[in-house]
Amino acid sequence: MSEVVIETPGAAASYLANGVTLRSWLLTTDHKRIAVLYFGTITFFFFIGGGAAALLRYNLILPQGMIGSAETYNRLFTLHGVVMVWFFLVPAVPVTLGNFLVPLMLGARDLAFPKLNLLSWYLFVAAGFVVLYALFAGGVDTGWTFYTPLTSAYTNGHVVATAVAIIVAGFSSIATGLNFIVTIHRLRAPGMTWYRMPVFLWSLYATSVILVLATPVLAMTLLLLAFERIFHIGVFDPSLGGDPLLFQHLFWFYSHPAVYIMILPGFGVISEIVPAFSSKRLFGYKFVVWASMAIAVISFLVWGHHMFVAGTSLYSALVFSILSFMVAVPSAIKVFNWIGTMHKGFIRFDAPMLYAIGFIGLFTTGGLTGLFVAALAADVHLTQTYFVVAHFHYVMVGGMVSAYFAGLHFWWPKITGRMYPEMWGRAGAVIIFIGFNLTFFPQFILGYLGMPRRYHSYPPEFEVLNVLSSAGATILAMGYLLPLGYLTWSLFYGERASANPWNATGLEWQTASPPLTDNFVSTPTVTEPPYNYPPPEVVHRHA
Amino acid sequence: MRFWLPQATTSAAEVDYLILALLLTSCAILALVFGLILLYMIKYRAGSGIDRGVPGEKTWRMEAAWTVGTLLIFFGLFVWGADLYVRLFQPPSNALKIYVIGKQWMWKIEHQGGQREINALHLPVGRPIQLVMTSEDVIHDFAIPAFRIKHDVLPGRYETLWFEVNEPGIYRLFCTQLCGTGHAEMFGEIVAMSAPGYQNWLDQNGAEETLAKAGETLFMRYGCSGCHGGNGAGGSQSESTVPAPSLTGLYGSPVTLIDGSIITADDLYIRDCIVLPDTRRVAGYPPLMPSFAGQISAEDLLKIIAYIKSLTPEKQL
Repeated sequence: MSEVVIETPGAAASYLANGVTLRSWLLTTDHKRIAVLYFGTITFFFFIGGGAAALLRYNLILPQGMIGSAETYNRLFTLHGVVMVWFFLVPAVPVTLGNFLVPLMLGARDLAFPKLNLLSWYLFVAAGFVVLYALFAGGVDTGWTFYTPLTSAYTNGHVVATAVAIIVAGFSSIATGLNFIVTIHRLRAPGMTWYRMPVFLWSLYATSVILVLATPVLAMTLLLLAFERIFHIGVFDPSLGGDPLLFQHLFWFYSHPAVYIMILPGFGVISEIVPAFSSKRLFGYKFVVWASMAIAVISFLVWGHHMFVAGTSLYSALVFSILSFMVAVPSAIKVFNWIGTMHKGFIRFDAPMLYAIGFIGLFTTGGLTGLFVAALAADVHLTQTYFVVAHFHYVMVGGMVSAYFAGLHFWWPKITGRMYPEMWGRAGAVIIFIGFNLTFFPQFILGYLGMPRRYHSYPPEFEVLNVLSSAGATILAMGYLLPLGYLTWSLFYGERASANPWNATGLEWQTASPPLTDNFVSTPTVTEPPYNYPPPEVVHRHA
Repeated sequence: MRFWLPQATTSAAEVDYLILALLLTSCAILALVFGLILLYMIKYRAGSGIDRGVPGEKTWRMEAAWTVGTLLIFFGLFVWGADLYVRLFQPPSNALKIYVIGKQWMWKIEHQGGQREINALHLPVGRPIQLVMTSEDVIHDFAIPAFRIKHDVLPGRYETLWFEVNEPGIYRLFCTQLCGTGHAEMFGEIVAMSAPGYQNWLDQNGAEETLAKAGETLFMRYGCSGCHGGNGAGGSQSESTVPAPSLTGLYGSPVTLIDGSIITADDLYIRDCIVLPDTRRVAGYPPLMPSFAGQISAEDLLKIIAYIKSLTPEKQL
């Protein structure tokens, strides 16, 4: 791909060896070290949110609820939603894999604004402290959606503190998004044209555009909410002359695009892994690229589908319904292109590929069940039930978290310089796939049968499916604890990784593992299209 | 434990057909996706010696095929769902109106005859029912899975929901919009009865006065009659010197506001005139109407509106 001489770097040349003091980490402007800081932070939040989820599933084993009070249950699911959405799913891939890989994939030394990058981590950590304070000092019981006037006038939880945390985390997101946009525009290596960029970069570009455009709306909305709660100005509360639906419009104007902030980077990860483990070019590269951009645009035009039964007009429902079907088309295009990539490939089944295949299956299921709730009359029955819970967990957890794990395993050798234990990696992928389906598939049926979301207790006819779902959750929890164990183990005892253990294309594989502090010995020059995998005969001989 | 849900309304089966169509489409696409992945995993595994031939370079034919294919399927599903939704949106004109008030954490039901119930709704089968719903506090949602319908219940608004039950029985009613600590306790039952059974129930639970009659009492008590006249005939016709518009025949008729816009006087318009008069000034009258916000409960508002609704010109004769 380029004329880079891989020298065998001395230990001191690796970014990990460039200082071992706490200060050398906390004041670093190296995008790779900031990515590592972020890895630690979001892993912490993943297990906080996951712990809350475990308690929720524990409560629902019995119809009357295992946790005594509805108050506690409501605070738990709010904590789960807030932490998982703003402190794990939205940042996860961009701030970790993105931070680490964007300059490497572009052939750059660092992001365009290294100090802004460090600032974004500090903002994120500050937001994290505030949200932990709010959620543990008493919490919030309004759900992560904060619907008014419940939130602005009736609940007595720590709404304002939580809103502040989310606003600060939002500034962290905006800083990252801005950094990526400028970096991708300005710091591409010689010869790295737009159409030679890996799809992962395109996906992060699309994600960054949404982050920069949508996040300010959320900040404004939450500020108005806080003002109404503190100063009783009438914006959303009808008894003050406000309109509660206005809040929903504003909230979903951010929160629906946010769904694509979460999943687009996942698409990018899968688009790297499927060609690498099929030893084949990505099928329909330009279609995959422009599907991402189409999603970024259309995602701003579908927020109203959260409000089909909320009291909006008939015509707005019709428009939002058809636009919601339209936004599913580019996602479908991507799935077909990944399958097209596998066709006539030389497929290897290392852990990243197993996670990626799991992603395709679970995401497709999540996407198709999205059609049920985009179809107006079906949505009237299914919305606000467990069907919706199952649908978005298939996309967010089955899809996005699987993609994150796929990427984590794929780039683990590059990031840490160590191989993870392959058999454990494969076992983790299979256990997560099985546990996930056991947890969430029964919830589709529960939803069709009418079980509402956010219920601390439920009628006895829903018990069997709930027990099944909770049983699945224990398997899923084990599936998520497994990588925590073996990946940590590999940091100390894993086999040393070579520069390119997967025989993958991409500039990040052309420097040492772990990369040098300056990424490359000399600036690489790109002369070939992306995913220029070797001719099949060559691969075949290796296999 | 059961894995099916009764189809208790005339439209429930139609919704189920739509869901079945979505399910079959999804299963077909999933079978294709999983089938191809499994096939390729076996056929093109790295160790297999199968001849791969020369990889094709042109992909746009395939891309066009599956883009157009999914577009057509999705558009068909959209039309199906939208058509049914539009029909479910528009109630027949002869629907029996029943009033629903949500509050933390109970459902209060008011029948036109003045019968009241809590967390239960008795209604007749074989007749279109229209629920007129409002909330005293936060947003709730009135959901009946066996009817395949739900709708949010908002404070300061009258949202409607209609259905026709064809199967007598007792069905679950849920609140499906998170409304605070007691959200999961905010459920009840719908008792669908034969027409004579419903009449019997109404008679046994007979209130002393109908909603409109109770509204008339309130109309006097809150002082409305002081300006609008004892029978709502308007200030100019009463002894009062305050020029207040006549309410006779108001309901359902067009009204011109001071900004020149013309709107139809429905439940929400009348409510807003009482609670938020500044936003609903009628052309030709001085802005004297005081706001009754916070003074009249949601239930009393329904009664006053029912009374104003009953003031048809024929009744005056």
